[in-house]
Amino acid sequence: MADAIHTRALRKVYPAPHPKRKRGAPAPPPSGGIVALDALDLDIREGEFFGLLGPNGAGKTTTIGILTTRVNATSGEAIVAGANVTTEPAAVRLRIGVVPQRPNPDRGLSVVENLIFHASYFGVTRAEATKRADALLERLAIADKRDAKVDALSGGQQQRLMIARALSHEPRVIFLDEPTVGLDPQARLALWDILRELHAQGRTIVMTTHYMEEADQLCDRLAIVDQGKLLALDTPSRLKEQAPGDTIIELTFNGDASIVADAARMIAGVSRAEPKGDVLRIFSARAGEVLSPIIAAGEASGRAVRDIHVSGPSLETLFITLTGRKLA
Amino acid sequence: MNELAPVSPAKVFMAILLRDVTVARRELPYFLLRTTLQPLMFVIVFGFILPKMGMVASTYGAAMLPGIIALSLALSAVQSVALPMVQDFGFTKEIEDRLLAPVAMQLIAIEKIVAGVIQGIIAALFVLPIARLIMGPIRGLTFANFGLLLAITILGGAAFSALGLFLGTGIAPQQIGLMFSVIVAPMIMFGCAYYPWRGLDAVPVMKYVVLVNPLVYVAEGMRAALTPAVPHMNVYAIVAALLAMTAFFLWVGLRSFAKRAVS
Repeated sequence: MADAIHTRALRKVYPAPHPKRKRGAPAPPPSGGIVALDALDLDIREGEFFGLLGPNGAGKTTTIGILTTRVNATSGEAIVAGANVTTEPAAVRLRIGVVPQRPNPDRGLSVVENLIFHASYFGVTRAEATKRADALLERLAIADKRDAKVDALSGGQQQRLMIARALSHEPRVIFLDEPTVGLDPQARLALWDILRELHAQGRTIVMTTHYMEEADQLCDRLAIVDQGKLLALDTPSRLKEQAPGDTIIELTFNGDASIVADAARMIAGVSRAEPKGDVLRIFSARAGEVLSPIIAAGEASGRAVRDIHVSGPSLETLFITLTGRKLA
Repeated sequence: MNELAPVSPAKVFMAILLRDVTVARRELPYFLLRTTLQPLMFVIVFGFILPKMGMVASTYGAAMLPGIIALSLALSAVQSVALPMVQDFGFTKEIEDRLLAPVAMQLIAIEKIVAGVIQGIIAALFVLPIARLIMGPIRGLTFANFGLLLAITILGGAAFSALGLFLGTGIAPQQIGLMFSVIVAPMIMFGCAYYPWRGLDAVPVMKYVVLVNPLVYVAEGMRAALTPAVPHMNVYAIVAALLAMTAFFLWVGLRSFAKRAVS
Protein backbone atom coordinates (compact mmCIF):
# COMPACT_ATOMS: atom_id res chain seq x y z
CA MET A 1 0.00 0.00 0.00
CA ALA A 2 1.03 3.58 -0.60
CA ASP A 3 2.49 5.70 2.14
CA ALA A 4 0.15 8.19 3.72
CA ILE A 5 3.06 9.97 5.35
CA HIS A 6 6.68 9.95 4.42
CA THR A 7 9.39 11.96 6.10
CA ARG A 8 13.12 12.02 5.52
CA ALA A 9 15.71 13.62 7.77
CA LEU A 10 13.07 15.92 9.21
CA ARG A 11 14.67 18.41 11.55
CA LYS A 12 13.36 21.35 13.53
CA VAL A 13 15.52 23.76 15.44
CA TYR A 14 13.80 26.52 17.38
CA PRO A 15 15.86 29.64 17.89
CA ALA A 16 17.26 29.74 21.40
CA PRO A 17 15.74 32.47 23.51
CA HIS A 18 18.36 35.21 23.61
CA PRO A 19 19.06 36.37 27.12
CA LYS A 20 18.84 40.13 27.53
CA ARG A 21 22.29 41.53 27.32
CA LYS A 22 23.63 44.66 28.92
CA ARG A 23 24.77 47.44 26.64
CA GLY A 24 28.44 47.00 25.87
CA ALA A 25 28.58 43.43 27.13
CA PRO A 26 30.27 40.99 24.76
CA ALA A 27 28.02 39.11 22.37
CA PRO A 28 27.10 35.65 23.62
CA PRO A 29 28.68 32.72 21.75
CA PRO A 30 26.53 31.69 18.76
CA SER A 31 24.04 29.14 19.95
CA GLY A 32 22.65 26.36 17.81
CA GLY A 33 19.12 26.80 19.12
CA ILE A 34 16.88 24.15 20.58
CA VAL A 35 16.69 20.96 18.56
CA ALA A 36 13.10 19.78 18.84
CA LEU A 37 13.33 17.18 16.11
CA ASP A 38 16.47 15.53 14.82
CA ALA A 39 16.59 13.63 11.52
CA LEU A 40 13.21 11.95 11.74
CA ASP A 41 12.47 9.28 9.14
CA LEU A 42 8.91 7.97 9.17
CA ASP A 43 6.86 5.98 6.70
CA ILE A 44 3.24 5.64 7.71
CA ARG A 45 1.09 3.45 5.51
CA GLU A 46 -2.34 4.29 4.18
CA GLY A 47 -5.00 3.09 6.62
CA GLU A 48 -2.57 2.63 9.46
CA PHE A 49 -3.19 3.61 13.08
CA PHE A 50 0.16 5.04 13.99
CA GLY A 51 1.26 6.15 17.41
CA LEU A 52 3.98 8.57 18.44
CA LEU A 53 4.90 7.71 21.98
CA GLY A 54 7.16 9.81 24.11
CA PRO A 55 7.39 11.97 27.20
CA ASN A 56 6.58 15.68 27.16
CA GLY A 57 9.16 17.56 25.14
CA ALA A 58 10.03 14.50 23.03
CA GLY A 59 9.18 16.30 19.78
CA LYS A 60 5.76 14.72 19.23
CA THR A 61 3.85 17.98 18.95
CA THR A 62 6.55 19.47 16.72
CA THR A 63 6.25 16.44 14.44
CA ILE A 64 2.47 16.84 14.25
CA GLY A 65 2.98 20.58 13.73
CA ILE A 66 5.20 20.02 10.70
CA LEU A 67 2.94 17.34 9.22
CA THR A 68 -0.11 19.60 9.61
CA THR A 69 1.73 22.60 8.04
CA ARG A 70 1.71 24.71 11.21
CA VAL A 71 5.42 24.41 11.88
CA ASN A 72 8.11 25.00 9.26
CA ALA A 73 10.75 22.28 9.26
CA THR A 74 14.31 23.57 9.45
CA SER A 75 15.41 20.91 6.99
CA GLY A 76 14.33 17.58 5.58
CA GLU A 77 11.27 16.52 3.66
CA ALA A 78 7.72 15.57 4.59
CA ILE A 79 5.00 14.28 2.27
CA VAL A 80 1.47 13.96 3.64
CA ALA A 81 -1.27 12.31 1.58
CA GLY A 82 0.81 12.83 -1.54
CA ALA A 83 1.53 16.55 -1.02
CA ASN A 84 4.68 18.23 0.21
CA VAL A 85 4.13 20.17 3.45
CA THR A 86 6.61 22.88 2.48
CA THR A 87 5.71 23.50 -1.14
CA GLU A 88 2.01 22.53 -1.22
CA PRO A 89 0.68 23.27 2.27
CA ALA A 90 -2.86 24.06 1.05
CA ALA A 91 -3.05 20.68 -0.71
CA VAL A 92 -1.92 18.97 2.50
CA ARG A 93 -4.51 20.85 4.55
CA LEU A 94 -7.24 19.77 2.15
CA ARG A 95 -6.54 16.12 2.92
CA ILE A 96 -5.97 16.16 6.66
CA GLY A 97 -8.07 16.60 9.77
CA VAL A 98 -6.50 17.80 12.99
CA VAL A 99 -7.65 17.26 16.56
CA PRO A 100 -5.66 19.66 18.72
CA GLN A 101 -4.21 18.95 22.13
CA ARG A 102 -6.61 21.39 23.78
CA PRO A 103 -10.09 21.83 22.30
CA ASN A 104 -10.30 25.14 20.43
CA PRO A 105 -13.89 25.29 19.17
CA ASP A 106 -15.15 28.49 17.58
CA ARG A 107 -16.97 30.07 20.54
CA GLY A 108 -18.83 32.55 18.40
CA LEU A 109 -20.73 29.66 16.83
CA SER A 110 -23.03 26.93 18.11
CA VAL A 111 -22.03 23.27 18.18
CA VAL A 112 -23.54 22.38 14.83
CA GLU A 113 -22.33 25.63 13.24
CA ASN A 114 -18.79 24.73 14.24
CA LEU A 115 -19.08 21.70 11.98
CA ILE A 116 -21.00 23.37 9.15
CA PHE A 117 -18.67 26.35 8.89
CA HIS A 118 -15.56 24.22 9.16
CA ALA A 119 -16.75 22.05 6.28
CA SER A 120 -17.55 25.18 4.27
CA TYR A 121 -13.90 26.29 4.61
CA PHE A 122 -13.17 23.15 2.60
CA GLY A 123 -15.65 23.96 -0.13
CA VAL A 124 -18.43 21.66 1.12
CA THR A 125 -21.86 23.08 0.26
CA ARG A 126 -24.08 24.17 3.13
CA ALA A 127 -26.69 21.46 2.52
CA GLU A 128 -24.09 18.71 2.41
CA ALA A 129 -22.22 20.18 5.39
CA THR A 130 -25.42 20.25 7.47
CA LYS A 131 -26.17 16.64 6.60
CA ARG A 132 -22.67 15.58 7.56
CA ALA A 133 -22.72 17.64 10.74
CA ASP A 134 -25.91 16.00 11.98
CA ALA A 135 -24.57 12.53 11.17
CA LEU A 136 -21.31 13.27 13.00
CA LEU A 137 -23.05 14.70 16.06
CA GLU A 138 -25.17 11.56 16.17
CA ARG A 139 -22.19 9.26 15.85
CA LEU A 140 -20.18 11.09 18.48
CA ALA A 141 -23.16 11.15 20.85
CA ILE A 142 -23.47 14.94 21.14
CA ALA A 143 -26.57 15.33 18.95
CA ASP A 144 -28.53 16.57 21.98
CA LYS A 145 -26.15 19.56 22.14
CA ARG A 146 -26.63 20.39 18.46
CA ASP A 147 -27.74 24.00 18.93
CA ALA A 148 -26.01 24.65 22.24
CA LYS A 149 -23.14 27.06 22.73
CA VAL A 150 -19.83 25.23 22.83
CA ASP A 151 -19.29 26.46 26.38
CA ALA A 152 -22.18 24.24 27.43
CA LEU A 153 -20.16 21.14 26.52
CA SER A 154 -18.06 19.17 29.00
CA GLY A 155 -14.37 18.58 28.31
CA GLY A 156 -15.04 15.15 26.84
CA GLN A 157 -17.86 16.50 24.68
CA GLN A 158 -15.65 19.32 23.41
CA GLN A 159 -12.99 16.78 22.51
CA ARG A 160 -15.59 14.80 20.57
CA LEU A 161 -16.70 17.99 18.83
CA MET A 162 -13.08 18.49 17.79
CA ILE A 163 -13.04 14.98 16.33
CA ALA A 164 -16.31 15.63 14.52
CA ARG A 165 -14.85 18.87 13.17
CA ALA A 166 -11.72 17.11 11.97
CA LEU A 167 -13.93 14.64 10.10
CA SER A 168 -16.38 17.16 8.66
CA HIS A 169 -14.45 17.55 5.40
CA GLU A 170 -13.75 13.79 5.14
CA PRO A 171 -9.97 13.92 5.29
CA ARG A 172 -7.74 11.00 4.39
CA VAL A 173 -5.40 11.42 7.32
CA ILE A 174 -6.40 12.37 10.85
CA PHE A 175 -3.95 13.75 13.37
CA LEU A 176 -4.71 13.62 17.06
CA ASP A 177 -2.36 15.31 19.50
CA GLU A 178 -2.71 13.76 22.97
CA PRO A 179 -6.47 13.39 22.49
CA THR A 180 -7.22 11.87 25.88
CA VAL A 181 -5.25 14.18 28.14
CA GLY A 182 -7.57 15.64 30.75
CA LEU A 183 -10.41 13.21 30.08
CA ASP A 184 -11.91 11.06 32.79
CA PRO A 185 -11.48 7.27 32.36
CA GLN A 186 -14.99 6.79 31.02
CA ALA A 187 -14.61 9.52 28.41
CA ARG A 188 -11.23 8.11 27.49
CA LEU A 189 -12.68 4.65 26.82
CA ALA A 190 -15.50 6.19 24.79
CA LEU A 191 -12.92 8.05 22.72
CA TRP A 192 -10.97 4.83 22.15
CA ASP A 193 -14.10 3.25 20.68
CA ILE A 194 -14.55 6.18 18.32
CA LEU A 195 -10.93 6.00 17.21
CA ARG A 196 -11.21 2.24 16.61
CA GLU A 197 -14.26 2.86 14.48
CA LEU A 198 -12.47 5.51 12.39
CA HIS A 199 -9.59 3.13 11.92
CA ALA A 200 -11.96 0.37 10.85
CA GLN A 201 -13.26 2.71 8.13
CA GLY A 202 -9.81 2.70 6.61
CA ARG A 203 -8.63 6.16 7.60
CA THR A 204 -5.02 6.80 8.40
CA ILE A 205 -4.70 7.93 11.99
CA VAL A 206 -1.65 9.49 13.55
CA MET A 207 -1.87 9.96 17.29
CA THR A 208 0.56 11.21 19.87
CA THR A 209 0.28 10.03 23.41
CA HIS A 210 2.29 9.54 26.53
CA TYR A 211 0.01 6.81 27.78
CA MET A 212 1.54 3.35 27.21
CA GLU A 213 -1.74 1.56 27.52
CA GLU A 214 -3.41 3.77 24.95
CA ALA A 215 -0.62 3.24 22.45
CA ASP A 216 -0.61 -0.51 23.11
CA GLN A 217 -4.37 -0.85 22.77
CA LEU A 218 -4.98 1.26 19.69
CA CYS A 219 -1.97 1.47 17.44
CA ASP A 220 -0.89 -0.81 14.59
CA ARG A 221 2.61 0.53 14.87
CA LEU A 222 4.37 2.73 17.35
CA ALA A 223 7.30 5.08 17.14
CA ILE A 224 9.04 5.72 20.42
CA VAL A 225 10.57 9.18 20.35
CA ASP A 226 12.58 11.08 22.87
CA GLN A 227 14.50 14.34 22.62
CA GLY A 228 13.64 14.66 18.96
CA LYS A 229 15.00 11.25 18.01
CA LEU A 230 13.30 8.07 16.87
CA LEU A 231 14.37 5.34 19.27
CA ALA A 232 12.27 2.39 18.13
CA LEU A 233 9.54 1.68 15.63
CA ASP A 234 7.47 -1.47 15.41
CA THR A 235 4.14 -3.07 16.27
CA PRO A 236 3.31 -2.92 19.98
CA SER A 237 3.67 -6.69 20.35
CA ARG A 238 7.08 -6.80 18.69
CA LEU A 239 8.22 -3.83 20.71
CA LYS A 240 7.19 -5.68 23.84
CA GLU A 241 9.27 -8.66 22.69
CA GLN A 242 12.23 -6.32 22.39
CA ALA A 243 11.73 -5.22 25.95
CA PRO A 244 14.51 -6.61 28.12
CA GLY A 245 13.50 -9.73 29.97
CA ASP A 246 14.24 -7.85 33.12
CA THR A 247 11.63 -6.57 35.47
CA ILE A 248 12.26 -3.06 36.69
CA ILE A 249 12.01 -2.44 40.41
CA GLU A 250 12.02 1.13 41.61
CA LEU A 251 12.72 1.63 45.28
CA THR A 252 12.32 5.03 46.86
CA PHE A 253 14.47 5.50 49.95
CA ASN A 254 14.34 8.10 52.67
CA GLY A 255 17.55 9.64 51.39
CA ASP A 256 20.17 9.51 48.67
CA ALA A 257 19.97 6.09 47.01
CA SER A 258 23.48 6.05 45.54
CA ILE A 259 25.01 4.53 48.68
CA VAL A 260 22.71 1.53 48.29
CA ALA A 261 23.55 1.03 44.60
CA ASP A 262 26.98 -0.59 45.06
CA ALA A 263 25.67 -3.08 47.57
CA ALA A 264 22.71 -3.85 45.32
CA ARG A 265 25.00 -4.60 42.36
CA MET A 266 26.69 -7.36 44.43
CA ILE A 267 23.40 -9.18 44.89
CA ALA A 268 23.00 -12.24 42.66
CA GLY A 269 20.26 -11.70 40.08
CA VAL A 270 20.61 -7.93 39.83
CA SER A 271 21.72 -7.06 36.29
CA ARG A 272 21.78 -3.29 36.73
CA ALA A 273 21.31 -0.77 39.51
CA GLU A 274 20.86 2.91 38.73
CA PRO A 275 20.51 5.44 41.53
CA LYS A 276 18.79 8.74 40.81
CA GLY A 277 18.22 10.94 43.82
CA ASP A 278 16.26 8.99 46.37
CA VAL A 279 15.22 6.41 43.80
CA LEU A 280 17.13 3.24 43.02
CA ARG A 281 16.18 1.52 39.78
CA ILE A 282 16.99 -2.20 39.69
CA PHE A 283 16.89 -4.33 36.53
CA SER A 284 16.51 -7.99 37.32
CA ALA A 285 15.16 -11.17 35.76
CA ARG A 286 14.36 -12.52 39.24
CA ALA A 287 12.49 -9.72 40.92
CA GLY A 288 11.00 -11.87 43.64
CA GLU A 289 14.40 -13.13 44.79
CA VAL A 290 16.33 -9.87 44.81
CA LEU A 291 13.83 -7.64 46.50
CA SER A 292 14.41 -8.55 50.12
CA PRO A 293 18.27 -8.56 49.87
CA ILE A 294 18.08 -5.05 48.38
CA ILE A 295 15.86 -3.82 51.19
CA ALA A 296 18.29 -5.39 53.67
CA ALA A 297 21.24 -3.73 51.88
CA GLY A 298 19.44 -0.43 52.14
CA GLU A 299 18.87 -0.85 55.84
CA ALA A 300 22.52 -1.79 56.33
CA SER A 301 23.42 1.57 54.72
CA GLY A 302 20.97 3.37 56.98
CA ARG A 303 18.24 3.83 54.38
CA ALA A 304 14.62 2.83 54.83
CA VAL A 305 12.36 2.04 51.88
CA ARG A 306 9.48 4.42 51.38
CA ASP A 307 7.94 3.03 48.20
CA ILE A 308 8.39 0.14 45.81
CA HIS A 309 7.19 0.00 42.23
CA VAL A 310 7.57 -3.17 40.16
CA SER A 311 6.93 -3.28 36.39
CA GLY A 312 7.19 -6.46 34.32
CA PRO A 313 8.57 -6.54 30.78
CA SER A 314 6.36 -4.13 28.89
CA LEU A 315 6.43 -1.10 26.64
CA GLU A 316 7.13 0.84 29.76
CA THR A 317 10.26 -1.12 30.68
CA LEU A 318 11.40 -0.90 27.06
CA PHE A 319 10.89 2.82 27.18
CA ILE A 320 12.86 3.18 30.40
CA THR A 321 15.65 1.04 28.95
CA LEU A 322 15.77 3.12 25.77
CA THR A 323 15.53 6.56 27.29
CA GLY A 324 16.56 6.17 30.90
CA ARG A 325 13.38 8.05 31.73
CA LYS A 326 9.89 7.23 32.76
CA LEU A 327 7.16 8.18 30.36
CA ALA A 328 4.66 10.07 32.40
CA MET B 1 -13.03 8.16 1.11
CA ASN B 2 -13.55 10.39 -1.87
CA GLU B 3 -10.62 12.29 -3.27
CA LEU B 4 -11.13 15.94 -2.50
CA ALA B 5 -10.90 18.27 -5.46
CA PRO B 6 -8.97 21.49 -4.90
CA VAL B 7 -11.22 24.24 -3.58
CA SER B 8 -11.23 27.69 -5.15
CA PRO B 9 -9.67 30.23 -2.79
CA ALA B 10 -12.55 32.63 -3.51
CA LYS B 11 -15.03 30.08 -2.18
CA VAL B 12 -13.01 29.52 0.99
CA PHE B 13 -12.62 33.27 1.42
CA MET B 14 -16.38 33.81 1.17
CA ALA B 15 -17.05 30.97 3.63
CA ILE B 16 -14.71 32.52 6.20
CA LEU B 17 -16.16 35.97 5.58
CA LEU B 18 -19.64 34.54 6.11
CA ARG B 19 -18.45 33.13 9.43
CA ASP B 20 -17.22 36.56 10.55
CA VAL B 21 -20.40 38.25 9.37
CA THR B 22 -22.53 35.67 11.24
CA VAL B 23 -20.59 36.17 14.46
CA ALA B 24 -20.45 39.97 14.06
CA ARG B 25 -24.21 40.16 13.51
CA ARG B 26 -24.81 38.42 16.84
CA GLU B 27 -22.46 40.80 18.60
CA LEU B 28 -23.70 43.93 16.83
CA PRO B 29 -25.05 45.78 19.91
CA TYR B 30 -21.81 45.21 21.85
CA PHE B 31 -19.77 46.09 18.81
CA LEU B 32 -21.62 49.39 18.34
CA LEU B 33 -21.37 50.22 22.03
CA ARG B 34 -17.66 49.50 22.03
CA THR B 35 -16.82 51.54 18.98
CA THR B 36 -19.37 54.35 18.71
CA LEU B 37 -20.13 55.38 22.28
CA GLN B 38 -16.94 57.39 22.65
CA PRO B 39 -17.44 59.40 19.42
CA LEU B 40 -21.12 59.94 20.24
CA MET B 41 -20.37 61.26 23.72
CA PHE B 42 -17.99 63.70 22.11
CA VAL B 43 -20.78 64.77 19.79
CA ILE B 44 -23.07 65.40 22.75
CA VAL B 45 -20.52 67.54 24.59
CA PHE B 46 -18.94 69.46 21.71
CA GLY B 47 -21.75 69.36 19.20
CA PHE B 48 -24.66 70.04 21.53
CA ILE B 49 -23.87 71.14 25.09
CA LEU B 50 -20.99 73.54 24.46
CA PRO B 51 -22.65 75.29 21.46
CA LYS B 52 -25.79 75.70 23.60
CA MET B 53 -23.65 77.34 26.27
CA GLY B 54 -22.16 79.52 23.60
CA MET B 55 -18.66 78.29 24.44
CA VAL B 56 -18.09 76.78 21.01
CA ALA B 57 -18.93 78.46 17.73
CA SER B 58 -21.87 76.84 15.99
CA THR B 59 -19.71 76.50 12.87
CA TYR B 60 -17.53 74.02 14.75
CA GLY B 61 -20.01 71.25 13.92
CA ALA B 62 -19.12 71.33 10.23
CA ALA B 63 -15.46 70.72 11.05
CA MET B 64 -16.17 68.12 13.73
CA LEU B 65 -18.83 65.87 12.21
CA PRO B 66 -16.58 64.44 9.45
CA GLY B 67 -13.89 63.86 12.07
CA ILE B 68 -16.34 61.94 14.27
CA ILE B 69 -17.32 59.75 11.32
CA ALA B 70 -13.64 59.14 10.57
CA LEU B 71 -13.00 58.29 14.20
CA SER B 72 -15.87 55.77 14.36
CA LEU B 73 -14.69 54.16 11.15
CA ALA B 74 -11.08 53.94 12.30
CA LEU B 75 -11.81 52.76 15.86
CA SER B 76 -14.17 50.01 14.76
CA ALA B 77 -11.92 48.82 11.94
CA VAL B 78 -8.80 48.62 14.09
CA GLN B 79 -10.62 46.97 17.00
CA SER B 80 -12.59 44.45 14.99
CA VAL B 81 -9.34 43.02 13.65
CA ALA B 82 -6.94 43.54 16.55
CA LEU B 83 -9.09 42.28 19.45
CA PRO B 84 -9.97 38.84 18.01
CA MET B 85 -6.38 38.40 16.80
CA VAL B 86 -4.96 39.05 20.26
CA GLN B 87 -7.42 36.59 21.77
CA ASP B 88 -7.13 33.92 19.11
CA PHE B 89 -3.36 33.83 18.95
CA GLY B 90 -2.91 34.60 22.63
CA PHE B 91 -5.06 32.04 24.35
CA THR B 92 -8.21 30.66 22.75
CA LYS B 93 -6.49 29.44 19.56
CA GLU B 94 -9.90 29.59 17.93
CA ILE B 95 -8.50 30.82 14.64
CA GLU B 96 -6.69 27.50 14.16
CA ASP B 97 -9.64 25.89 12.42
CA ARG B 98 -9.40 28.60 9.77
CA LEU B 99 -5.63 28.29 9.56
CA LEU B 100 -6.25 24.67 8.56
CA ALA B 101 -8.37 25.75 5.58
CA PRO B 102 -6.91 24.63 2.26
CA VAL B 103 -5.78 28.08 1.09
CA ALA B 104 -2.71 30.26 1.49
CA MET B 105 -2.68 31.50 5.09
CA GLN B 106 -2.35 35.14 3.99
CA LEU B 107 -5.89 34.87 2.65
CA ILE B 108 -7.15 34.35 6.21
CA ALA B 109 -5.52 37.65 7.19
CA ILE B 110 -6.88 39.45 4.13
CA GLU B 111 -10.37 38.19 5.00
CA LYS B 112 -10.02 39.69 8.48
CA ILE B 113 -9.16 43.02 6.90
CA VAL B 114 -12.17 42.91 4.59
CA ALA B 115 -14.39 42.05 7.57
CA GLY B 116 -12.80 44.99 9.42
CA VAL B 117 -13.63 47.38 6.58
CA ILE B 118 -17.25 46.18 6.58
CA GLN B 119 -17.53 46.71 10.33
CA GLY B 120 -15.95 50.15 10.01
CA ILE B 121 -18.53 51.15 7.40
CA ILE B 122 -21.36 49.89 9.62
CA ALA B 123 -20.08 51.93 12.58
CA ALA B 124 -19.75 55.05 10.42
CA LEU B 125 -23.25 54.59 8.98
CA PHE B 126 -24.58 54.18 12.50
CA VAL B 127 -22.92 57.29 13.88
CA LEU B 128 -23.67 59.66 11.00
CA PRO B 129 -27.47 60.03 11.43
CA ILE B 130 -27.30 60.03 15.23
CA ALA B 131 -24.61 62.71 15.26
CA ARG B 132 -26.58 64.78 12.77
CA LEU B 133 -29.67 64.43 14.97
CA ILE B 134 -27.84 65.53 18.11
CA MET B 135 -26.05 68.43 16.47
CA GLY B 136 -28.94 69.78 14.44
CA PRO B 137 -28.48 71.25 10.95
CA ILE B 138 -24.85 71.42 9.84
CA ARG B 139 -23.90 74.17 7.44
CA GLY B 140 -22.37 72.88 4.22
CA LEU B 141 -23.02 69.17 4.86
CA THR B 142 -23.38 67.43 1.51
CA PHE B 143 -23.55 63.90 0.16
CA ALA B 144 -22.87 65.03 -3.39
CA ASN B 145 -19.27 63.75 -3.34
CA PHE B 146 -20.38 60.17 -2.95
CA GLY B 147 -17.49 58.67 -4.93
CA LEU B 148 -14.91 60.39 -2.74
CA LEU B 149 -16.85 59.48 0.39
CA LEU B 150 -16.87 55.80 -0.62
CA ALA B 151 -13.17 55.85 -1.53
CA ILE B 152 -12.16 57.46 1.77
CA THR B 153 -14.37 55.05 3.73
CA ILE B 154 -12.90 51.97 2.08
CA LEU B 155 -9.31 53.20 2.12
CA GLY B 156 -9.57 54.44 5.69
CA GLY B 157 -11.19 51.20 6.80
CA ALA B 158 -8.48 49.21 5.03
CA ALA B 159 -5.65 51.24 6.55
CA PHE B 160 -7.00 50.80 10.07
CA SER B 161 -7.91 47.12 9.61
CA ALA B 162 -4.39 46.45 8.39
CA LEU B 163 -3.05 48.39 11.37
CA GLY B 164 -5.29 46.19 13.52
CA LEU B 165 -3.74 43.10 11.97
CA PHE B 166 -0.28 44.36 12.83
CA LEU B 167 -1.21 45.36 16.38
CA GLY B 168 -3.28 42.24 16.99
CA THR B 169 -0.56 39.84 15.93
CA GLY B 170 2.34 41.81 17.35
CA ILE B 171 1.06 42.55 20.83
CA ALA B 172 0.97 40.17 23.78
CA PRO B 173 -2.49 39.76 25.35
CA GLN B 174 -1.24 41.27 28.62
CA GLN B 175 -0.38 44.49 26.79
CA ILE B 176 -3.74 45.11 25.16
CA GLY B 177 -4.56 47.85 27.67
CA LEU B 178 -1.24 49.47 26.91
CA MET B 179 -2.09 49.41 23.20
CA PHE B 180 -5.14 51.56 23.84
CA SER B 181 -3.48 54.07 26.13
CA VAL B 182 -0.19 54.39 24.24
CA ILE B 183 -1.21 53.95 20.61
CA VAL B 184 -4.95 54.37 20.15
CA ALA B 185 -5.64 57.25 22.56
CA PRO B 186 -2.89 59.58 21.20
CA MET B 187 -3.99 58.62 17.70
CA ILE B 188 -7.51 59.82 18.51
CA MET B 189 -6.41 63.06 20.16
CA PHE B 190 -3.83 63.97 17.52
CA GLY B 191 -5.74 62.64 14.55
CA CYS B 192 -7.44 65.87 13.46
CA ALA B 193 -10.77 64.23 14.27
CA TYR B 194 -11.83 67.02 16.63
CA TYR B 195 -10.24 69.89 14.71
CA PRO B 196 -9.34 70.43 11.04
CA TRP B 197 -5.75 69.97 9.97
CA ARG B 198 -5.70 73.45 8.40
CA GLY B 199 -6.48 74.82 11.84
CA LEU B 200 -3.07 73.58 12.97
CA ASP B 201 -1.53 76.45 11.03
CA ALA B 202 -1.67 78.02 14.47
CA VAL B 203 0.68 75.29 15.82
CA PRO B 204 3.11 74.65 12.91
CA VAL B 205 5.14 71.90 14.64
CA MET B 206 2.00 69.90 15.36
CA LYS B 207 0.84 70.41 11.81
CA TYR B 208 3.72 68.33 10.51
CA VAL B 209 4.15 65.89 13.40
CA VAL B 210 0.56 64.65 13.08
CA LEU B 211 1.17 63.64 9.47
CA VAL B 212 2.46 60.25 10.68
CA ASN B 213 -1.01 59.60 12.08
CA PRO B 214 -3.26 57.76 9.60
CA LEU B 215 -6.39 59.13 11.26
CA VAL B 216 -5.45 62.62 9.98
CA TYR B 217 -6.00 61.51 6.40
CA VAL B 218 -9.29 59.74 7.10
CA ALA B 219 -10.63 62.79 8.96
CA GLU B 220 -9.43 65.22 6.29
CA GLY B 221 -10.79 62.95 3.57
CA MET B 222 -14.18 62.92 5.29
CA ARG B 223 -14.07 66.73 5.45
CA ALA B 224 -13.25 66.93 1.76
CA ALA B 225 -16.20 64.67 1.00
CA LEU B 226 -18.85 65.74 3.55
CA THR B 227 -18.15 69.40 4.32
CA PRO B 228 -15.90 70.59 1.46
CA ALA B 229 -16.36 74.22 2.50
CA VAL B 230 -14.24 73.59 5.61
CA PRO B 231 -10.58 74.13 4.63
CA HIS B 232 -8.99 70.69 4.22
CA MET B 233 -5.94 68.91 2.91
CA ASN B 234 -5.51 68.29 -0.81
CA VAL B 235 -7.59 65.30 -1.88
CA TYR B 236 -4.82 63.69 -3.93
CA ALA B 237 -2.43 63.93 -0.99
CA ILE B 238 -5.07 62.31 1.23
CA VAL B 239 -5.67 59.40 -1.13
CA ALA B 240 -1.94 58.90 -1.77
CA ALA B 241 -1.17 58.91 1.94
CA LEU B 242 -3.96 56.44 2.72
CA LEU B 243 -2.81 54.13 -0.07
CA ALA B 244 0.77 54.25 1.17
CA MET B 245 -0.23 53.66 4.79
CA THR B 246 -2.53 50.79 3.89
CA ALA B 247 0.27 49.16 1.89
CA PHE B 248 2.74 49.63 4.73
CA PHE B 249 0.44 48.28 7.46
CA LEU B 250 -0.56 45.40 5.22
CA TRP B 251 3.06 44.50 4.65
CA VAL B 252 4.08 44.56 8.32
CA GLY B 253 0.74 43.05 9.37
CA LEU B 254 1.00 40.07 7.03
CA ARG B 255 4.58 39.43 8.12
CA SER B 256 3.57 39.51 11.74
CA PHE B 257 0.55 37.30 11.05
CA ALA B 258 2.69 34.71 9.25
CA LYS B 259 5.03 34.57 12.22
CA ARG B 260 2.15 33.80 14.55
CA ALA B 261 0.40 31.36 12.21
CA VAL B 262 3.40 29.17 11.39
CA SER B 263 6.31 28.66 13.77
